[in-house]
Amino acid sequence: MSGDGLLVAVDSPVHRVPAQVKLVALFVFVLAVVSTPAAIFWAFGLYAVMLVAAVAVAKLPATVVSRRLAVETPFIVFALLLPFVATGPQVDVLGLHLSQSGVLGAWNVLAKGTLGVIAAILLSATTAPRDLLAGLERLRLPATLVAILSFMVRYLSVVSDDLHRMRVARESRGYTGGRVGHLKAVAGGVGALFVRSFERGERVHLAMRSRGYTGRMPLLSVSGATRAQWFEGLAISLAAVTIAVAARVVSL
Amino acid sequence: MSGPAIQVERLVFAYPDGRQALFGVDFTVERGERVALLGPNGAGKTTLVLHLNGILGSVAGGTGSGRIQIGGTGLHREHLTEIRRKVGLVFQDPDDQLFMPTVRDDVAFGPANLGLRGSELDDRVHEALVQVGMQDQADLAPHHLSFGQRRRVAVATVLAMRPEVLVLDEPSSNLDPAARRELADILAGLDVTLLMITHDLPYALQLCERSLLMDGGRIVADGKTRDLLGDADLMAAHRLELPYGFDPLSVPGPERS
Repeated sequence: MSGDGLLVAVDSPVHRVPAQVKLVALFVFVLAVVSTPAAIFWAFGLYAVMLVAAVAVAKLPATVVSRRLAVETPFIVFALLLPFVATGPQVDVLGLHLSQSGVLGAWNVLAKGTLGVIAAILLSATTAPRDLLAGLERLRLPATLVAILSFMVRYLSVVSDDLHRMRVARESRGYTGGRVGHLKAVAGGVGALFVRSFERGERVHLAMRSRGYTGRMPLLSVSGATRAQWFEGLAISLAAVTIAVAARVVSL
Repeated sequence: MSGPAIQVERLVFAYPDGRQALFGVDFTVERGERVALLGPNGAGKTTLVLHLNGILGSVAGGTGSGRIQIGGTGLHREHLTEIRRKVGLVFQDPDDQLFMPTVRDDVAFGPANLGLRGSELDDRVHEALVQVGMQDQADLAPHHLSFGQRRRVAVATVLAMRPEVLVLDEPSSNLDPAARRELADILAGLDVTLLMITHDLPYALQLCERSLLMDGGRIVADGKTRDLLGDADLMAAHRLELPYGFDPLSVPGPERS
């Protein structure tokens, strides 16, 4: 398939699972993780082991996964602040006075956030954008939304090329500007980019009508997933649900 | 099904802002003919071809008058789907024409709108891609192709609808010389009526025996491409210039005489 987007183009059992199965699996897994009480540490250990196993089966390089984890940074900052700002009983760690509930809260955000992000990375790195769209379509996402997403996938690179060319053109004419001047130029550029993209949209619509478009996009997917594929893809998520239920029962 | 491939009579059109673009256009293109549509920028060439499949004009709710027949079928609102299948329009910027996630999806868009499904659709897509030599790139995303490849896929998206008339808007623009020649080979090998807007006069001479010269919203000349390009006064009067050192009388054309 096309090597683009966030896809890591290798062949693995995880890559071969149909996209709609992976989407449902991600959703169920995240729900299970989020509903697990923070104090049941072993449950999170099990989730992590299963995810690491899945990443290994998908043949994703550890460096790629750790680099993409960077999107989590703002949440980590927030989580690290929690023990200092939360109130309640205090504990002393290495001479620091920390809030007990704050520490648990930080762990809660960190553990659930990291597991969710890794699961999402797993999905995005094993599924081509087009397959993802076809999967959403099979999951009965409204056709208009699928079409909007598909145009976004297609035209993101075209629009960012436009933006890049405009910046090169600006800088080739000796534009340096200060911080304020730069903002002004970018604002003007965004305006021009909007007009350009709008005009392109009109031309695309003409091209679509010329080829008989009457308001309905043709379907992207042809075949559904088999029962075996559903079981294979949902294995981790179902295990996660079992663990979440067990953790709930234990913490009662 | 009878009558000429394209018949345009007294076509008049003004854009909604009041700017009149066509001032009475008349011409006929017979089946199997290859015709170049020449003229300076702003002559109304693109406006004219957007009429041929009912995108512009009175049939689309615009202001204008005149009569268009494609292969004997009058351009009316009830025949619009039929007309759009018969007239394949290839736009100038392939990024406007290729809007689906992969080449295969894009080529399938037209025939799928015509109601083709399953293996019939796959065969049609494959056939069109083979015609332009792009069958090995079917699963790529359009932005991974070179500009010349994108132009060829744009032609395939239209060929997949098996048009009777292929209309191209500046097919050779922005192509490097090799891609330009490859496209010429592909176009010369197609068995359809061809109408081609171009500023590339040698290209017109190479592919089209006949040319229409348009200026100011009218057809000002209609004749053999070689004769038009050889008429220095006519060319100068309509801001057309041959490339440096190009002599239209000394090169072989499609006439094979």
